Amino acid sequence: MQEFEPKIVAFVCNWCTYAGADLTGTSRIKYSANVKIIRFPCTGRIDFMILMKAFENGADGIIVSGCHPNDCHYSTGNFHARRRWIVFRNLLNFSGIDTERIQFSWVSAAEGFKWADVVNNTVKKIREIGPYENYNKIAVSTLFKEEGATNE
Amino acid sequence: MSRIGVFVCHCGENISATVNCEKVAKITGELKGVEFSTDYKYMCSYPGQTLIKEAIKEHKLDGVVVAACSPRMHEPTFRKACAEAGLNPFLCEMSNIREHCSWVHPKDDLTTEKAQDLVRVMVEKVKKNKALNSIKVPVTKTALVIGGGIAGIQAALDIANCGHKVIMVERQPSIGGHMSQLSETFPTLDCSQCILTPRMVEVAQHPNITLHTYSEVESVDGFIGNFKVKIRKRSKSIDEHLCTGCGLCTTKCPQKKIPNEFERGLGFRPAIYVPFPQAVPNKPVIDREHCTYYIKGKCKICEIVCPTKAIRFDQEDEVIDVAVGAIVMATGFDVLKTDYFPEYGYGKYADVIDGLAFERLASASGPTQGEIRRPSDGKIPKKIVFVACAGSRDPAKGIEYCSKICCMYTAKHAMLYKHKVHDGIPYVFYMDIRAGGKNYEEFVRRTIVEDETQYIRGRVSTIYEKNGKLIVKGADTLMGAQPVEIEADMVVLATAGVANHGAEELAQTVHISYDPYKFFAEAHPKLKPVETNTAGIFLAGACQAPKDIPESVAAASGAAVKVAALFSNDELTRDPLVAVVNRSAPPVYSQCVGCFLCQSVCPYQAIEREEIKNRNGEVIKTLARVNEGLCQGCGTCVALCRTKAIDIHGYSNQQVYTEIMALLND
Repeated sequence: MQEFEPKIVAFVCNWCTYAGADLTGTSRIKYSANVKIIRFPCTGRIDFMILMKAFENGADGIIVSGCHPNDCHYSTGNFHARRRWIVFRNLLNFSGIDTERIQFSWVSAAEGFKWADVVNNTVKKIREIGPYENYNKIAVSTLFKEEGATNE
Repeated sequence: MSRIGVFVCHCGENISATVNCEKVAKITGELKGVEFSTDYKYMCSYPGQTLIKEAIKEHKLDGVVVAACSPRMHEPTFRKACAEAGLNPFLCEMSNIREHCSWVHPKDDLTTEKAQDLVRVMVEKVKKNKALNSIKVPVTKTALVIGGGIAGIQAALDIANCGHKVIMVERQPSIGGHMSQLSETFPTLDCSQCILTPRMVEVAQHPNITLHTYSEVESVDGFIGNFKVKIRKRSKSIDEHLCTGCGLCTTKCPQKKIPNEFERGLGFRPAIYVPFPQAVPNKPVIDREHCTYYIKGKCKICEIVCPTKAIRFDQEDEVIDVAVGAIVMATGFDVLKTDYFPEYGYGKYADVIDGLAFERLASASGPTQGEIRRPSDGKIPKKIVFVACAGSRDPAKGIEYCSKICCMYTAKHAMLYKHKVHDGIPYVFYMDIRAGGKNYEEFVRRTIVEDETQYIRGRVSTIYEKNGKLIVKGADTLMGAQPVEIEADMVVLATAGVANHGAEELAQTVHISYDPYKFFAEAHPKLKPVETNTAGIFLAGACQAPKDIPESVAAASGAAVKVAALFSNDELTRDPLVAVVNRSAPPVYSQCVGCFLCQSVCPYQAIEREEIKNRNGEVIKTLARVNEGLCQGCGTCVALCRTKAIDIHGYSNQQVYTEIMALLND
């Protein structure tokens, strides 16, 4: 059987993680090609509807990564992101959405190695969990109250 | 229907070695809305840019996607090229298929497919891009220089000589930094004080420079051209206007046994003190931690003897607000602390000292008036061991980098020692001699040949005391790792240069990034060595990495030019990637409900309240409005807005959703 190739989207901030991923490139550190980056100005910009949109369109996993606490280019954006995530995670758990598939991390502009590790570990984890087919079932069941749709 | 051009760059072989660029151009050329696509060897070169410009004109393109390196590298280049061809620069986007694709994946189909995905994402995004106009903001033509060592002094003088105002902040009571502690400087052996102190005086007397010593930066707000800085002027407990610097108080102070930091603890100072005789400003401060009056509540001898009545025991810290347009970081370095070397007995044996302490011993103004006498008993050491790489290039100590200056100053120390103690024998334990620099290698050669310094290639394992001698045990790796034991009278460790204490906190205060060693990070290691990733903040000297004096001075002048270039404009143009609240023309309709959550999260106070009035002048609703001059485009407000009334140019909800859909659905 061919190995499952997960689709993973990374939402990263421009100043730390995007630059960190650039450094991974400059240092020629190899990592899995399953992760594709979408650039944001700051993790504070990452509205969690964006994560939902990614799952809706078939993402198997998501990475959200920005500057370390205290290092935000805009002072406080990453704190807002972190706080929002704490609240939002509960809502996701409540809705039956698999929060294991969302990887939150801090990768600075100097941490090229760390970015490769984050990517490879996330790909490995998502490979183990398998494709995310359940999200749309959950979404449909919430909308149409289909019975049994949430069963794994 | 869009008319988008896709330009795929080979970057020599950097991209084409692992990505099939022709295929990427061909496949993405078939996407809906793509009018033209091509690939080229070097898209950023003159012919490459010309190719883009001509395609824009020929095919009447209304959007451009350049698939090449990181947008952090060349986005301005390609946006400028588009603007020159008459296309709004904000209709140009870059796909990063080098740093995020070709350099990190092997040559196979998956890599080319990823490149196609990344280009497709940008093609879809650029369809939703809007033509935007740059924002103009005024520039405050005053620079802040943080740190008054040689780098800060050089930067301040260069900027001030361009006719701009400079505010210099120094944490210590005097400017001068580490250079003022040095005895003589390699490779010319001219006296450090002789070349430095005139520049210190120049700073103090320059009409364009305002000096704040014994002060620290407390907060930095704002952005390039318009920073607002709070400076805490710590209380010196004297009235600087009345004090004449006569120094009578320092001679009468009963506290005389405080270890002198400037002398690296080799001498003593009173509680009211001037750090060194050539200090600028040459006025004393009271060290409240050690002053008898602040400890016991009585003494005040300095107040009694002061002829101008300048002592102020009740003086408080003063916090001042300044507005500056640019900031130069010149906070310098520190050397490793004693607790890193238990095996060398540093901190335990008085005669194991660091390089800076040796500088003080060799200095004519030092505690021994320039005679090399060991700290424990004041005897002249006849055998002295210098240990290079004490901490540097040693992963076990957590410092993997080379401190760069130690090879040279160790050679200088050995030379100075031999010049002062003719019958003495200097030994140097080293790993490699790194003497890259003008006349540096010749200098080291002189130390070895003319001054008969014994260079032993190998590391020192342990140092212990025995019968009043320091036994240095090491190995000579050029003699087949033969053990070496030297009975030395004194040991000098060339301790690693590390980031200055408080560097991390300061970086967080001014919002710049730093590397894992807490040195400040430059924007680009080669092409932007004095810039930081925060526009308007520049780096000078050893706060970036260990540097010697010529390098620090060169970097400082480089930073000064960047500041002067910035100040050569009355207005700055800024990318208009800012937040905007949706609204229609009057009668005003907006999704904004006036909850002002956005205002509470905005780090720049860029959200204003706008009252919408009817014809009778009555307020009918209050809306949020973004001040474009203040907004930095972080987008935190966008994520927070509950009615989606606020959006951000360049990263709008529509653009982001389009990107996600394009990425996941091929």
